[in-house]
Amino acid sequence: MESPSPDGGGAGSAASAAGSPVAPRVVVGSKKFTESVILGEMAAQLARAGGARAEHRRELGGTRILWEAVLRGDLDVYPEYTGTLRREILAGEPAEGEALGRALAARGLSMSAGLGFENTYAVGMRRDRAQALGIRSLSDLSRHPGLRLGFSHEFMDREDGWPALRRTYDLPQRPRGLDHDLAYRAVASGNLDATDLYSTDPEIRAFGLAVLADDRRAFPEYQAVLVFRSDLAARAPEALASMRRLEGRISAAAMLEQNARAQLDHVPEARVAADFLGRELEVRSEARAEGRAARVLGRTLEHLGLVGLSLAAAVLLGVPLGIAAFRRPRLGHLLLGAAGVVQTIPSLALLVGLIPLLGIGARPALFALFLYSLLPIVRNAESGLSGIAPELRESALALGLPPWARLWLVELPLASPSILAGVQTAAVIGVGTATLGALVGAGGYGQPILAGIRLADPALILEGAVPAAALALAVQGGFGLLGRALVPKGLRLPPPRE
Amino acid sequence: MFRLSGVTKRYPGGEGLGPVDLDVPAGRTLCVIGPSGSGKSTLLRLLLGLVRADRGSVRFEGREVPGEDVLALRRRMGYVVQGGGLFPHLTAQGNAALLARHLGWDEARLGERLADLCALVRLPPETLSRHPRQLSGGQAQRVSLMRALVLDPAVLLLDEPLGALDPVTRHELRGDLREAFRRLQKTVVVVTHDLAEAVALGDRLLILRDGRVAQQGAPGEVLASPADEFVARFVGAWRDSLPGAGGEA
Repeated sequence: MESPSPDGGGAGSAASAAGSPVAPRVVVGSKKFTESVILGEMAAQLARAGGARAEHRRELGGTRILWEAVLRGDLDVYPEYTGTLRREILAGEPAEGEALGRALAARGLSMSAGLGFENTYAVGMRRDRAQALGIRSLSDLSRHPGLRLGFSHEFMDREDGWPALRRTYDLPQRPRGLDHDLAYRAVASGNLDATDLYSTDPEIRAFGLAVLADDRRAFPEYQAVLVFRSDLAARAPEALASMRRLEGRISAAAMLEQNARAQLDHVPEARVAADFLGRELEVRSEARAEGRAARVLGRTLEHLGLVGLSLAAAVLLGVPLGIAAFRRPRLGHLLLGAAGVVQTIPSLALLVGLIPLLGIGARPALFALFLYSLLPIVRNAESGLSGIAPELRESALALGLPPWARLWLVELPLASPSILAGVQTAAVIGVGTATLGALVGAGGYGQPILAGIRLADPALILEGAVPAAALALAVQGGFGLLGRALVPKGLRLPPPRE
Repeated sequence: MFRLSGVTKRYPGGEGLGPVDLDVPAGRTLCVIGPSGSGKSTLLRLLLGLVRADRGSVRFEGREVPGEDVLALRRRMGYVVQGGGLFPHLTAQGNAALLARHLGWDEARLGERLADLCALVRLPPETLSRHPRQLSGGQAQRVSLMRALVLDPAVLLLDEPLGALDPVTRHELRGDLREAFRRLQKTVVVVTHDLAEAVALGDRLLILRDGRVAQQGAPGEVLASPADEFVARFVGAWRDSLPGAGGEA
């Protein structure tokens, strides 16, 4: 059993099981931050080891998107935090303690036991300074009223941030609010004694910080768990059991280490996950990795597919709508108004709003791009047609041509430069907007851009941004050529000198 | 050919035509003259059925305009809009042949017809492959005329056919138009603001003022005995523009 994977990793039991005719399909999702991507990758690899054909839809645009997708069944499982489930997703419902499991079960969902760590608010100090002062827990802070504390603005404002901390531990200090990144640096350089952080932040390692124990539980519980569809137990019991082997196996220190490998050492998440699984669970698993050229090609095809399909649909509907708007001006006002309103919906809001209807993946992205393409196409078709000189329209009418012949032989050719310009505008906007498709799992050039932003890796950002810009230029140039083919020669001649 | 009885057409803003009673006899050339805003173009559009009269009736060959079959009606009339109205995306030939092609004429019949028309309007046939933006003003007017004539319509309606041309071309085309009208023996209605043109081209003159008929009759009649002060001033202005102003007509 030879694996063709470029990193030479063993295909393990996954490939053999996947070859059997009944291998169930398991779709894993992850959020667009590194820890979630690593956990998603671990789950996918374990599902494969459990005999499933697993896909990992990585870096989806936010909690809402994953939640809607797992409710709809577009995703089977994704890593989540109990605090997020209670405070964000099920806010307003009884979901404390045992009630959380019942609230999920009512929606056809289940939750694994905790994976072994929390990703919650924490307070960190420089290791040497903490040791020198003998501070190990948050309770110890109250004995040192002279400590200089600096917290991120969000932490200062949130009810479960500084107010909870001060109340629980009766802290006397008066902290300063400042930018998160600055706070890390200030602590590292000794200008601050302590700052807020997330308990599995790789910066903890990077800046050599010690995390103080939350011994009186000031901060909400954010246990990492896997949320999965309850039907998975019947559909893919072995894959589910395999994924649940993660329960209780990842300590906060281990997670922090994995995050740091991916975030700071730039090791691909699949590799990080595979190494961890091999070491902790003795699962041999395949870390799939593509070369850069194959990756860019794949993204290009996805991107072209998104823009091309949505644009084709927008032309097929938009030009007839433009004609209708031209023939019936009152309808036209209505149409252009509606298309204008759609245009003002922020793209992320539109994408997220479409997920309950269309799920995740290419479909919501295609539909959103289609909607955004409509306005320039309808508007330019309408204005191209109504901009035809009155004497030309009257001549066509007086010749005795029936309406469809006037449209086809005279009006559309005369409006063709304007129509084409509208399609070009839509295409260029589409190339840019399609990068957001990655947020809902549609792939495209947005994928490396998202990953690059997440990992603060300029090379990765450029891997998406440069081809996207090149594609926009190519579209621009392509439309120049298309104009020569589609706009009648007589309209491209310079107007006569008089 | 045309009979208008009690026709009124008003546009928002007060301009328009009527009430007008008018007979346009067959086979003759009628020139409609008047200052701008006097309703000349409105009259042409009423004849074509491009606009409907508010009151009164327009009849063509005894039938109400626009009537049931407006396409058939318009194909019985050749119309040249002010400025020619050639479609810039088509060649001269494409313009002239547009309607015949739409009706499915074969190329041989079409070629013959275009050759005849080129001869009639004195257009060099090689000009036909050019686009309107490559034509001179005079050539464009000749092509517009060909387009209007391709189906051999019963009447020809021309709106300021010599409007935007330089004086030399204007003079040439005027002679060619007169010759073409003579050979065609069609009913022709020409709208112009220029009395000299009207006198040169028309068998009859119709002078409009503020949408009403000020006078109609043969050119000699109108020039010799203007019906009112307005027509007299119109005629006077024309005489003054002649070489040796003040001479006899």
